[in-house]
Parts: sequence; C-alpha cells; structure tokens
Amino acid sequence: MATLQQQAKGKKDGEIRYLTPLNIETNKTKKYCMFKRSGIKYVDYKDPDFLLKFVNEQGKILPRRLTGTSLKYQRKVAVAVKRARHLALMPYVADLLK
Amino acid sequence: MHPLWQKAKDLNINFNRFFMNHYETVFILNPVLSEDQIKETVKKYEDLLVSKGAEMISKENWGLKKLAYPIQNKKSGFYHLFEFTVDGEVVHELETEFKRDERFMRYLTVSLDKHAIAWAEKRRNRNKKSA
Repeated sequence: MATLQQQAKGKKDGEIRYLTPLNIETNKTKKYCMFKRSGIKYVDYKDPDFLLKFVNEQGKILPRRLTGTSLKYQRKVAVAVKRARHLALMPYVADLLK
Repeated sequence: MHPLWQKAKDLNINFNRFFMNHYETVFILNPVLSEDQIKETVKKYEDLLVSKGAEMISKENWGLKKLAYPIQNKKSGFYHLFEFTVDGEVVHELETEFKRDERFMRYLTVSLDKHAIAWAEKRRNRNKKSA
C-alpha cells in the first residue's frame, strides 16, 4: 500500500510520463541495395560465398526488409540461391551456416 | 500465309543462325569415375555439342568439390562448366542425354543475358590471370 500511495503522490507532484517522445535509440544508417550501389548487374549462382550474405544461418533466403536489396535484385538473388542449391553449392537445409 | 509473315519467318530463321542463344551448363559427375573416364565423358559431350553446330566459348574444370548435401549418397563430385552458343532445340537434346547418362549426378543449363555474358567474360579473364 505504501508504494501505491507513493506512486499516487508522485503523480500529483507533476511527474509527466510519455507525453514527450521517448528517446529510443534507432538505427540511423539507412539500408541500401548493394547491387545498385556497387553496380553489380548479374547475380552469379556459381559464387556461393557471395550468396551467403543473403541467407540466414539455416540457409533460408533473407527478406528484403532485412538486407535492403531492391526488388529487382532480390528476385535475381532468389533465383541465384535456388540454382546454387540445385547444384549442391549451397545447402537446402543447414544449421550453423555462418 | 501472308507474304510479310513469311518474310518475317525467313528472316527469323536467318536471325537465329546469326544470333544463337548463349548458354551455360554446369554438371556434376560421379566421384567414383577415374580421371580418364571423366575426360572421356567431357570430351563426348563436347563433341556432341560441336556436332550439333555449337560453338564452345569456354570450358572449366572445377575439379573434385565437396557437395553441400549428399546426392546419391555421395559427398563430393567433379564439377565442370561449359559455355557455348547453340540453337535452343539442341539444349533439349543435350539435357535428355544428360538424364540418360548415369555418370551425371546433377546438371543445370542456363541461358545467359547480356549482363551474364559480360560477367562470364570478366570471370574468364580473372581466372586466366590467377592461373
């Protein structure tokens, strides 16, 4: 009870909570499409080390919202990863890929 | 048939001969084969392509590589790459041959667009330099 009373008192004293925007640290560096920035026109399926950047630890293709890839190149990345999987250059299912 | 259509068709045939499609094939050969058998197989398919009017642009031998997952209970395979220009129909014939051949564990034929051709050329030059 004592704590509740203290809280009520605190409020009365004029403690304003959440009326001003909270100072939450956000990621200020904007994501970008690395293909557009570095001028890569073709995503090579024969290079599994490069494709590893667009795949999570389980070998799943990462979404655009995480990698920042543009739609045009995301489609190409997806095709390249699938081709690499077919040729056993990349695994279909994996664990601790990175 | 409309004469114009006929003409277009004639032109098309000529165009096909002039600008044949660019393809790239990667295949994985069974690791139990001996060196000679592999050479023989690669040679056989190369000759097949050439006899069908293909122009070989490059051949690559990646050697024995570990597979990312087992295929036919094998953990490695001999990777080879062909780059060539042919008429599209030949690709079908080539792939049926691949399918029938037991020495092939996997194959993938991809047609190359202009960016891919540029990349392939760059890659070839880089490989040449490092070799």
